[in-house]
Amino acid sequence: METKTKDHAALAEAFIKDEEHVNWHDGALWWIRQKRDIASKQIPEWEALREAASQIKSNVLSNLHDYLLQFEANLIKNGITVHWASDAEEHNRIVYSILKAKEINQMIKSKSMLTEECHLNEYLAERGIDVINSDLGEYIQQLDNEPPSHIVLPCIHKRKEEIGEIFHEHLGTEKGVSDPTTLTRFARRHLRNAFITRRAALTGVNFAVAETGEYVVCTNEGNADMGAHLSDVQIASMGIEKIVPQKKHLGIFLRLLARSATGQPITIYSSHFKKPREGQEMHLILVDLGRTRQLGRPEFRESLKCIKCGACMNTCPVYRKSGGLSYHNTISGPIGAILAPNLDMKRHADLPFASTLCGSCSNVCPVKITIHDQLYQWRQVIVKEGFAANTKVLGMKAMAWTLSSPGSYARMGRAGRWVLNNIPFAINNKLNPWYKQREMPDGPKESFGEWYARNQKENGSDKK
Amino acid sequence: MNTRESILAAVLKNQPPASPLPDISAFKGSRQDVVDNYQAVFTSIGGIVHVVNSFAEINDRIRANFDPTKRIITTLPAMAGYVELMSATADPRTFDDVELAVIDAQLAVAENGAVWLPEQHMGQRIIPYICQHLAVVVPAEIIVPTLHEAYAQIGAGDYGFAAFIGGPSKTADIEQALVMGAHGPITMTVFILV
Amino acid sequence: MTVGLFIPCYVNQFYPQAAIATLQLLQKLGVDVVYPPRQTCCGQPMANSGFEHLTQECNDLFLENFARFDYIVAPSASCVLHVKQHLHSTEDQALADRTRSSVYELVEFLTDVLKIDALKARFPHKVGIHQSCHGLRGLYLAQMSELNAVPFSKPVQLLNMVEGLELVDLDRPDECCGFGGTFCVAEEAVSVKMGRDRVTDHVKNGAEYITSVDLSCLMHLEGILHRNKSAVKAVHIAEILNSTM
Repeated sequence: METKTKDHAALAEAFIKDEEHVNWHDGALWWIRQKRDIASKQIPEWEALREAASQIKSNVLSNLHDYLLQFEANLIKNGITVHWASDAEEHNRIVYSILKAKEINQMIKSKSMLTEECHLNEYLAERGIDVINSDLGEYIQQLDNEPPSHIVLPCIHKRKEEIGEIFHEHLGTEKGVSDPTTLTRFARRHLRNAFITRRAALTGVNFAVAETGEYVVCTNEGNADMGAHLSDVQIASMGIEKIVPQKKHLGIFLRLLARSATGQPITIYSSHFKKPREGQEMHLILVDLGRTRQLGRPEFRESLKCIKCGACMNTCPVYRKSGGLSYHNTISGPIGAILAPNLDMKRHADLPFASTLCGSCSNVCPVKITIHDQLYQWRQVIVKEGFAANTKVLGMKAMAWTLSSPGSYARMGRAGRWVLNNIPFAINNKLNPWYKQREMPDGPKESFGEWYARNQKENGSDKK
Repeated sequence: MNTRESILAAVLKNQPPASPLPDISAFKGSRQDVVDNYQAVFTSIGGIVHVVNSFAEINDRIRANFDPTKRIITTLPAMAGYVELMSATADPRTFDDVELAVIDAQLAVAENGAVWLPEQHMGQRIIPYICQHLAVVVPAEIIVPTLHEAYAQIGAGDYGFAAFIGGPSKTADIEQALVMGAHGPITMTVFILV
Repeated sequence: MTVGLFIPCYVNQFYPQAAIATLQLLQKLGVDVVYPPRQTCCGQPMANSGFEHLTQECNDLFLENFARFDYIVAPSASCVLHVKQHLHSTEDQALADRTRSSVYELVEFLTDVLKIDALKARFPHKVGIHQSCHGLRGLYLAQMSELNAVPFSKPVQLLNMVEGLELVDLDRPDECCGFGGTFCVAEEAVSVKMGRDRVTDHVKNGAEYITSVDLSCLMHLEGILHRNKSAVKAVHIAEILNSTM
């Protein structure tokens, strides 16, 4: 699915072609950013909550080894079977073996970005196991054979008419029906049947409490619970960074999560799973998938504090104008752009450059990840590792300069000359991307330096 | 080395030097106006609130607002005379036809409208999710200002499953248009018992 | 007090009038200003493209030109932020650190160092402020809309001293314009779309001028305004503050 053909700039350009659509997308996400602003400003201690959350997560990262052991021991005490997976393949194999042992060939899955990253559905399908995504947005994306474009709002890039068409094609709704309530009701009936009949349910994990061995799953639809409480086998997949030390810390994170994500005071459902239901099997899979490597990168490890609220996407003007799928990674937007290069630097070399470094992402982040600083740092790493050439115009410009750099120019003029020879608005060329939709600045008669020298001469050098 | 050991070894090797936990004891809300605040917030998130004085009054409200010919169940002995007392052992799938479930909360949180329901209050875990409509009885004295007070009271908690539920099931996945009743209850009513 | 005037390379080449306004404004306020002629580029375009490791000569040159001054002032938040965050010296880091803390963007120099409370300026027009991201979120020239914190704005504080000037309110008061250094060409489509949307916000709210503390943002917005034959003009804040029209 992730066979990459185009980089962010090319995919974004294609997305922008439909201006009415991109304006709608931009406006819908900006509306959510505004709701987030209103919600956060109703909490006088908001900034202190962010700081506390960030510090708790710093503590988690610094003591993750012991917390994982504590969490594991408590899970076992609570009757939950614990599995460890180092990569996607191992994760998928574990899920498959759990289902196989119970001779289950149908599963229902609530939202889990981790299983998207693992391509679990495809893996299981190849082995004869059918998976239905139960989150409405993810369900729509699954029907349309597309990955989610946003971690909280999986099909925010689609208009209702498109969704109506997908429902018509795959579920047999009447052609032309696109009313959101009608479509949602239809999906409700359809998926309720799946909830009732499927014996296995998989959920993601929002927070895992080391102290008690319970995990918290947050949804607005109630789909995680519908699946879990009707299943014989319940599986939870989580990245190892989802730990919080103590239960009281949930108070901090649950106050921040939904307000940051959608402006709601709390998600409708915050479910605390501690023990299996009588007669039910409960499994939890702890997954690495690059987390330990990111933990070992001092300048990027803070990205592991992310609680997946999506606020950085909603506020990011680049994301709003380019759509989540242009990031060609499961986690898109600013946070995706600092997580993805850790997974595959060559493939995702363009993402840290898909930003103006405006810094709004860092300001809305509920755990205070300095996202824009990390984007800057990734650019340095990507260039040093030799992947800058993957980034189109930028790579060419930068390479031109690098090639010209070894001592061939006089010291003073070199940097300035590079800039003036390479800054796009200085190049009077129709192939120059600057000129495509923008005029060049008018060339003045003289530069400030020339004016200053002339004025000093005319007025005497010590005159003001 | 197996996977577990190798992940733990990599974590130990790569984790940064110790960083202390912050003191979060200063985070707390005010008890003032918690009942009014609760009502305002819960209403704003699409919930329905009735302030009542007795279970008889709750029963009257239920008769007035829900179809009594459909299946209504409860965990509350005080409601047993009015509606079906649910079975704790029945197959959870058999509750698919429940129109209304009436249960009670252990806590409610004024700042976000959520009620805290350990599974003992649910009867079965599936009940507050599978019903078409959910009604929760909240004695006024169990309303706390914020999640901080809520977790302080919950402590470790003697449950296998528990949840905060704050309103009817919701989705806005199609064009950000808010639709109540994505998969779970289409409405949620709270009876504040004073 | 002697101020070293730091005029970024592209301002020198394309927007001398903003640099002249900066110089004249400072002189009007009684400041002794010196322009070291051998200055070129702070190195930001390279650094933001991932080539910070190749900017040492820019750093050395900056120190050679500016380390001797009490204050260094520039009409560009973006370049100032770069120097504040990234100025290094291989020989004398203490000197580089001292120099970092002496660099000011023009507006903050006027409000925080000179602490001026009046200006003899007149600009009888409707003006929209474009918040440069580096000025806003890097130098904290104004409160950021994302934070739950007390509002303030240094550019507004100064523009309120200008006779006849009327500020217009925007729908999105501090959204990025999409310039972003090499982003403006590497991501041309997104960059232009962001710029067009910023321009639309100013135009629909009645601005006759768009002003900013950063000419890089303005150059981008101006390029779009000119292409669309708009009557709205982009003007650096120094030109308004120095204006007697």
